Amino acid sequence: MLPVLFIALSISAILCALGVVVSRNPIHSVLFLILTFFCISGHYILMNAQFLALVNIIVYAGAIMVLFLFVVMLLNLNKATEPHKSDMAKIAASITAGLLLMVMLGVIKGVSLPSFDGMMDSENGYVKNLGRVLFQDYLIPFELSSILFLAAMVGAVLLGKKNIEE
Amino acid sequence: MLSLSNRKKVIEQGELSFMEKLYLPVIAKGLGITVKHLFKRKVTIKYPEQKRSFAKIYRGLHVLKRDEQGRENCTACGMCAVACPAEAITMISAERKKGEEHLYREEKYASVYEINMLRCIFCGLCEEACPKDAIYLTDRTVDSEYNRDTFIYGKDKLVEKIDNRIDISQRKIKTEQKLDKLK
Amino acid sequence: MDSFLIYKAILVLVIFVVSLVIAMYSTILERKFAAWIQDRVGPNRTGPGGVLQPLADGVKMFMKEDIIPAHAHKFLFKAGPMIAMTTALMASVVIPFGKTLLIGGKEYALQVSDLNIGILYVFAMVSIGVYGIMIGGWASNNKFSLLGALRASSQMISYELAMSLSLISVIMASGTLSMSEIAQQQSGWHWNVITQPLSFIIFLICAFAETNRTPFDLPECETELIGGYHTEYSSMGLGLYLFAEYVNMFISSAVMVTLFFGGYNIPYIEKLGLAHNLETILGVLFFFVKTGFFILFFMWVRWTIPRFRFDQLMNLGWKYMIPLALINILVTGGLILIFDYFK
Repeated sequence: MLPVLFIALSISAILCALGVVVSRNPIHSVLFLILTFFCISGHYILMNAQFLALVNIIVYAGAIMVLFLFVVMLLNLNKATEPHKSDMAKIAASITAGLLLMVMLGVIKGVSLPSFDGMMDSENGYVKNLGRVLFQDYLIPFELSSILFLAAMVGAVLLGKKNIEE
Repeated sequence: MLSLSNRKKVIEQGELSFMEKLYLPVIAKGLGITVKHLFKRKVTIKYPEQKRSFAKIYRGLHVLKRDEQGRENCTACGMCAVACPAEAITMISAERKKGEEHLYREEKYASVYEINMLRCIFCGLCEEACPKDAIYLTDRTVDSEYNRDTFIYGKDKLVEKIDNRIDISQRKIKTEQKLDKLK
Repeated sequence: MDSFLIYKAILVLVIFVVSLVIAMYSTILERKFAAWIQDRVGPNRTGPGGVLQPLADGVKMFMKEDIIPAHAHKFLFKAGPMIAMTTALMASVVIPFGKTLLIGGKEYALQVSDLNIGILYVFAMVSIGVYGIMIGGWASNNKFSLLGALRASSQMISYELAMSLSLISVIMASGTLSMSEIAQQQSGWHWNVITQPLSFIIFLICAFAETNRTPFDLPECETELIGGYHTEYSSMGLGLYLFAEYVNMFISSAVMVTLFFGGYNIPYIEKLGLAHNLETILGVLFFFVKTGFFILFFMWVRWTIPRFRFDQLMNLGWKYMIPLALINILVTGGLILIFDYFK
């Protein structure tokens, strides 16, 4: 049962991710991205990490992607407004992406993955254990990241305010 | 600006007080008002079973009266058609034949009498113009129809049935009062 | 194992039907309630006192022609109402409707799934719910629908934050994310509304915003946007949208009762010494009575208060609700520390 679910979720995740890149309509891309997030949440649930799965849905699928969709709808992107890219830019983009692929392949080759025994009955994903890990082992990185977010927020507010005054 | 009527009221809308800014107390007050209305008497009239009573002098659908012996009063003089401001009334007159005395009171009668209910403004001038007490406006209403042609009412719809006389005594009193005033 | 699965399937079916029936009768109740507040009688022709009106409305919706506007995105246009309805119904999975039923010596919980993160699940479903509105509004290819969809998304995101922040204090006080445990902790008179009144008020206001009810029904406000996101919908597509709103209302009322008003617990019922199953059934009834009160409250507010302006809505959400919720969290945390210290 578990491997079947895993394979089905993986295939749909990859197909949806491809859909994000391939589809011409930006709205379709965003919707495919949302589906991809759902597939990833499914993976989390398979790994018994329900908290992570639901937070992924709430934060990414439920809030950030709504904002993406909001902006794309507001901009009303279509073929007429699609920016024309020069051949040079296309070639440069292809080379960069190819190099990135090479790097990723190199990294994956060096990693030795622990074998998956199909039994994930660990309680690692439970809120209690997660909280313990976050607030004891990784307290400083966790708080630092929150300060980072605060800085980003303050910066955004400042930029917004400046435009109004002028 | 100079106030002409001296009835002008200056309403000042000052800053909202702290309690008003909190919204919630004001909302609670509003909820209190609406919940009071839950228990008030309902003003709805449940139409087909329950009908709103018309005023005594209501001017609705016309009727062409018959006299006590069941003879039509109308003599097709055309006064009503002349009086009608909306030109809703037309008629064709005919002479009474021998043996028809029980049908028509006068020697001349209207063989065709039509009122276009879409043109009629229910002013009641036809009733005032009539010298023969033949036409009256009643407290009935004109039915709704799908077709414009059906709003031209002929004698079949206007003349009262012998077995179903329509009471116009209230209107008669009012008309007489009006005539008295004119004298 | 098999009997367990069968029981769960039956429970899912029962909750599905009950949610739909309650939503169905909420529509007639809404119309009746509006009428009474406005000194009218309300729909009273279908069946005695109008009780069959929802069925007549449903039949009417099904029989109407389903119109897809020109240049609309056909697939997404169809998918919008379905997503709205599905997400609305899915949240009821984690709501504990009662204690346990003893059938043949076994205990069965009156809750489809006791997730250890039940509250987060409800939030997830609420946050996905906006996609139904957004997709439908965009796919209609109509400026009013699009504006409604945009309003819906910005409003939902803004109030979702305040809503979850307001619940954090409740979670801190009860120390669990599971709905059934929170309900259990409130037995007797230990209702969370008594210890967390501010949290309840913020949650209530946000629930109004999340279900798109007046005074926050800007996504569908008739006077400005005709019908908002469902302007172009007809037939059952429109029906599903309107229906999803009532299902949402029922679910959010049920969540409020579970989190703040003691859920299925009847105070002092254990002193009566009733049979276990009878006690459970009475508890379920009590739960639905309280839920019904909140559904009525939703309607009562709708026919009392006019709509907010959009900037007022955003101000209220970001400048009042979120700071208040944060202060509430701070105060609750401080109080918990003080109580722990003196224990």
